[in-house]
Amino acid sequence: MSRAETIELVYLVAAVCFIVALKGLSSPRGARMGNLIGAAGMLVAVAATFATPGMHRVWLIVIALVVGAAVGVPAARSVRMTAIPQMVAAFNGVGGAAAALVSLAEFDRTAGHTGFGTAAAVVFSAFVGAVSFTGSAVTFAKLQELMTGQPVVLPHQRLANATLGAATVGLAVWGLADRSVAAVALLAVVALALGVLFVLPVGGADVPVVISLLNSFTGLAVAATGAVLRTTLLIVAGTLVGASGTLLTRMMSQAMGRSLSNILFGAITAAPTVAVASATSDRPVRTGTVDDVAVQLGYARRVLVVPGYGLAVAQAQHTVRDLADLLEGRGVEVVYGIHPVAGRMPGHMNVLLAEANVPYEQLREMDDVNAQMSQTDVALVVGANDVVNPAARDSPGSPIYGMPIINVDQAQGVVFLKRSMRPGFAGIDNALLYDAHTTMLFGDAKETLTALVAAVKVL
Amino acid sequence: MTETTIGLFTIFVLSVFVGFEVISKVSSTLHTPLMSGANAIHGVILVGSMIVLGSGHGAAQLTLGFIAVVLATINVVGGFVVTDRMLEMFKGRDRRK
Repeated sequence: MSRAETIELVYLVAAVCFIVALKGLSSPRGARMGNLIGAAGMLVAVAATFATPGMHRVWLIVIALVVGAAVGVPAARSVRMTAIPQMVAAFNGVGGAAAALVSLAEFDRTAGHTGFGTAAAVVFSAFVGAVSFTGSAVTFAKLQELMTGQPVVLPHQRLANATLGAATVGLAVWGLADRSVAAVALLAVVALALGVLFVLPVGGADVPVVISLLNSFTGLAVAATGAVLRTTLLIVAGTLVGASGTLLTRMMSQAMGRSLSNILFGAITAAPTVAVASATSDRPVRTGTVDDVAVQLGYARRVLVVPGYGLAVAQAQHTVRDLADLLEGRGVEVVYGIHPVAGRMPGHMNVLLAEANVPYEQLREMDDVNAQMSQTDVALVVGANDVVNPAARDSPGSPIYGMPIINVDQAQGVVFLKRSMRPGFAGIDNALLYDAHTTMLFGDAKETLTALVAAVKVL
Repeated sequence: MTETTIGLFTIFVLSVFVGFEVISKVSSTLHTPLMSGANAIHGVILVGSMIVLGSGHGAAQLTLGFIAVVLATINVVGGFVVTDRMLEMFKGRDRRK
C-alpha cells in the first residue's frame, strides 16, 4: 500500500469518527464520548496530513498550529457559560474564512489548468465562506452587545442587496470564464459585505437560529473546498455538518414557531410593527417584597420555575436550586419549565441547571408544564420574558406571534424576578407584567433569590 | 489523488443522507452542544489549510495558507474544548443519580 493510500485510509477512519461523534452528540448519554471521538478523529487526520507526499514547510505549519491553539484554547476555556453562543459563532466564522482562503490559494496555485467543476467549487466556497465569516462576526457583535440586538435595516437595503447580488453573479461569471483569481478574490470581498447585510436585519432573539444556519454554511464551504482539493475527508465532514446543520436550523425555527424565511427576512419585508410599549407602559405594576413572595412560595403546593437569560447572566443557577431544595423540604412540589429557546440558545437552560446539579426529572418540557399549569400555585419567572409573553399567543400583530410559550398567565399567581421593566430580547413589552396576578421583584436574580432563600428559611 | 468528479459527487450525496439521518432524533436539550460539536467538526478544513500551506508557492499562497491554518486551528481546538465544557455539566447530573 502506498503512502498516499495509507493516508486515505486514515482519513476514512477520521470520517467514521465524525459520523460516530455526531451520532453520540445527539443522545445525552453518548454526548461527551461523541465529542472526544470527534476530537480523536481530527487528531489522526491532522497527523496523517503531515505525512502527505510533497509536504513542505512542516515547521511553518507547526508554528501556525501553535498560534491557533494558543488563541483557541484559552478563549474556549475562559468563556463564561452565558457567552457560549457568541463563542460558537466566532469559531464558526474563522472556520468559514479558512475555507474561503484555502480555495483561493489552491485556485491561485492551479491557475491556468483548473477544470470548470473545480473553479465552480472555488467560487462557491469563497462566497459562502466569506458570508459565513462576516455573518458570524455580526451575530457575535449582537450577542456580545457590541451593537444593538434589534433588527437593523439599512436605508436602501434592498437596493444594496440587489446591487451586491448582481456584482456577485457578474464576478462569478468572469471568474469562471477566465479562471480569474482576481475576480474570485473580489467576489469574496463582495460576499463579506453581503454577510453583514444578511445578518443585520435579524433580531437578537433569532440570532441562535442564524448561528446554526451559518454553521451549516461553513460546512458546505468546507465540502466545496474538499472538492477543490479533491480530499474526500473534507467533502464528507463538511457535508455532514452542512446537512445536519440544516436540519438543526429547521428544528430550532420550528421550536420558535416561525419559518426560517420569516426569521431571516421578516424585518426587511414586513411593515414596521406598531410598538406595543407605549400603550401599556403607564399602567401600574405590583411590586412585592421578598417576604411576601417567600410566604407565597413557602405555602404553595406546586411551584413552577421558568428560567431565562437573566438566570444565566446573574449566574443564579445554584441559588435557584437552593431555593427549590428548601421548598421541597417544606413539601412543595417544584418543577422547572424549560422553553425550547429560553436563554439565547436551545438547551442553554438545561446546561446551566445541569451545572447546578438540578435533578433531570425536575426539568420539564414546555408542553408538559403547560398541561399542568392550572394546578400550579406560583410560576416563578427568573429572568425570562419573551418565552412567557402572552402576546405570542393572543396578539396577531406582535413580532413574536405564533411562538409557543409557557402559559404562566394561567397559573394561580406569577412572580417575575427581573432587573427592570425593560422588555426582553425581542424588544416587545409584556402585558403580563401589569397583570393583577403578577408580582414583580426587581433586582439582580441572584441577589433576589439569595434573599428569598433566607426569607423562606425563617418561615 | 485521482478521484473522478462523479466519484466525489457520489460521496457528497451519500454524506447528505448520512448527515440528515444521524441527527434525525435529538432533544432540544442537546441542540447547543450538537451545534457546537458540528462546528468543531467542520474545522477539518485544517487538513486542507495544511495541504495548501505545505504545497503552495509564492508569498500570496503561503500567506493565505498560514492564516488559514491559524484560523482553522482556532476553529478545531476551540470548538472541541467549548463543547466538552458544556457536556461536562451534564456529567454532574449523571453522578447524582
